Amino acid sequence: MTILKLALKNLLGAGLRTWLNVFVLSLSFVLIIFTQGLLEGMNKQAEEAMVASEVGGGHFQHPAYDPYDPLSLTDAHGPVPESLAALAAAGHAAPVLVIQGTIYPEGRLFTVRVKGIDPGQTVVNIPTSFLATASAADEIPVLIGSRMAKMTGLKKGNTFTLQWRDAHGTFDARDATVVEVMKTSVQTIDSGQVWVPLARLREMTGFDGQATFVILARDAALPAAGAAGGWVLRGRDDFLSDLRAMVESKSAGSSILYTIFLLLAMLAIFDTQVLAIFHRRREMGTLMALGFTRGKVIGLFTLEGMLNGVLAALVAAAYGVPLLSWIARTGWALPGDMDSYGFAIGERIFPAYGLGLVAGTTALVLLVTTIVSFLPTRKIAKLKPTDALRGRMT
Amino acid sequence: MTDTTLIVTKDLKKIYPMGPHRIEALAGVNLSFDKGEFAGLVGPSGSGKTTLLNIIGSLDSPTEGSAVVMGRRIEALTHKEAARLRSHHIGFIFQTFNLLPVYTVYENVEFALLLLGDPPAERRRKVMAALDWVHLADRAKSKPPQLSGGQSQRVAIARAVVKEPDIVLADEPTANLDAENSHNILQTMERLNRELGTTFIFATHDPKVMQYLRRKITLVDGRVTKDEAVDGRGAAAATAQGAGL
Repeated sequence: MTILKLALKNLLGAGLRTWLNVFVLSLSFVLIIFTQGLLEGMNKQAEEAMVASEVGGGHFQHPAYDPYDPLSLTDAHGPVPESLAALAAAGHAAPVLVIQGTIYPEGRLFTVRVKGIDPGQTVVNIPTSFLATASAADEIPVLIGSRMAKMTGLKKGNTFTLQWRDAHGTFDARDATVVEVMKTSVQTIDSGQVWVPLARLREMTGFDGQATFVILARDAALPAAGAAGGWVLRGRDDFLSDLRAMVESKSAGSSILYTIFLLLAMLAIFDTQVLAIFHRRREMGTLMALGFTRGKVIGLFTLEGMLNGVLAALVAAAYGVPLLSWIARTGWALPGDMDSYGFAIGERIFPAYGLGLVAGTTALVLLVTTIVSFLPTRKIAKLKPTDALRGRMT
Repeated sequence: MTDTTLIVTKDLKKIYPMGPHRIEALAGVNLSFDKGEFAGLVGPSGSGKTTLLNIIGSLDSPTEGSAVVMGRRIEALTHKEAARLRSHHIGFIFQTFNLLPVYTVYENVEFALLLLGDPPAERRRKVMAALDWVHLADRAKSKPPQLSGGQSQRVAIARAVVKEPDIVLADEPTANLDAENSHNILQTMERLNRELGTTFIFATHDPKVMQYLRRKITLVDGRVTKDEAVDGRGAAAATAQGAGL
C-alpha cells in the first residue's frame, strides 16, 4: 500500500511528463482495440453476409462439382437426391443448377456462370422473387449483381443475348432481360454470374429435376449419413475458412501499425524510467535509509512505470469508449474500390469490440509496460545506499 | 559492554579500492555508545565521520573488524535485515534534508511509520506529536518545496524521531542552515534527547553543533584521535574514554 501510494504520488507529481506518456500509451490502447475491432467487425460482417446470401447452413454438392474448376460444370449436375428434394419442398433447402454460358451485351462477349434458382426460395438472401416477374414468354428473366452490371454495362430492363449448351451439347441462344440489379456485398454471388429461374434453366438445358448443389437453410436438419445420394456436404466452415485466412493475414499487417505505436509509447516509458533512476538516486538512498530494501525500491520504480499503463487504460477509456462506441454505431466508411478486395463487407464496417479483445489488449499493454518499466530498474539491484545518498550510481 | 550500550565497534576498518590504490577511510576504530548519548564525530573532511556513521546506520558494511548495533553484527546482516534494523531502530537526518518532494510534511513524517505497519489512528497521533515537537503542526499540509531550509530540517528531524528510534544519526545536519536555524534545530534535538532518551550521533565540523555535544570524538585519517566528554556548552571535560586514549 505504501509503495502503491508513493508510486502514484511520484507519477502524478511528475506532471506533464507523465501525462504525455499516458496519452501516447492511451493512443496505443485505442488504436489496438480499434484496428482489431475493425478486423473483427469486418470478419463478422463478411461471414454474416456470406452465410446469409450464399452459404446458408452449407451446401450439398454434386460429387463432380469443383467450384474452382469451370470445366467441371459440364458434368457437375444430376437429379437432386430425394432427401434433399424433400428439404427443398419444405422450404429448408434451395437447389441451384449451374452451367457455363456466354452473354453478348451490346455486342461484347462475357463468359458467365448461369445459375438457376427457385424464385420463391427463402433460404438465402438473394432477391430471387424478381425472377418471377412476368416478361415476354420467349425472354429469359435474369438477375445480376451490381458488380456484374458495372462490368458488362447492363442495367435493369436491358436485353442481351444469352448462349449456352444443352444436355445434348448443342449450343442454343435466346434473349435475356435484366429484371433487377441486386446490390450485394458478396462478390461470389455477383461477379461473372447471371441468375435465372431454376425451372427455366432446367427446361433450357434439358436437365430436368437436376441441380449442381443444394443450399441448406441455416436451421435445416442435415439428412442422415448416406441419404444424400453421394452428394458431398460442404459445411459452413469450409466456405468461411478462406475468408478467415484472409482476415488473419490482414490482421498481421495491421498489427505492424499498432506495434509501432506501442513501441513509441514503450520508448517514452523506458526513457522516463532511465531518467528517473538517474535523477532520483538521492531519493532512492533516502528510501533505503528509511528502511526500504533494494527490492522494494525496484518494486516502487517498476510500479510507477506500470501505473503509466493503468492511467493510460483509464484515459483511453475516457475518450476511447465514446469514440469507439460511436464508430461501432455509425460504422467506418470504406473507399469505393474496397469492393474489389474480395471481402463481403459492404460500404461500411461496423467494428466489433469483444470483452476478450479489450481485456487482452489491456493485459498485453500492462505486461509490456511492466517489463519495459522493470528493465532499467535492474541497475538499482547493485545500488549501494551510501552511493545513492551521495547521488551516485554504484 | 553494559545493558545500556547500543553500539560497539571493534577494530573497525573500511577500505575503498580506487583503481590500483586502496583508500583507508577507517583504520581500526574502537568506540561504544550508550543509550541517551548526545555525541559528535568531528574532524576534517575525509576523516571518516560519514563512513563511520553509515556503518553504524547499516547503510554500509565494514571491510574488517566488527560493528554491533542494537545487538546485531552489521557485517553479518543481509540487505533485508539491515533494512529492518534501519526502519525499526535508527533515524537518519541528512545535510540536504532528503524529504520526499511529492509528499506533504505530514506524509513525509508518516512514511517512517507506514514501514512499521502502525495502524492509522496510532500513526496520526504519533505524527502530530512529532510535528508538535518541532513546532511544525501548522505546516502539516505543506509540501517540502514550500518550506525554508530550517523548516525542512525540522521535518527531517520529526521523520527521524517519530518512530521513537533508539538511535538518530545526523550527518552534517546544520551545513545548509544559517546560525539561527542551526541553533533552533540543535535545541530541538537536544530536547528530544533529553525527553525521549534517544541517542544522537552527529557527524559534523560545525562549531555550532559542537557547542551542544556532550561527547566529542575526533577523527583524523580514519582514526579516533580524541574522545572526550564535554559539558554541552563547549567546555571540554577532562574525561576521555574509548579508542585507547
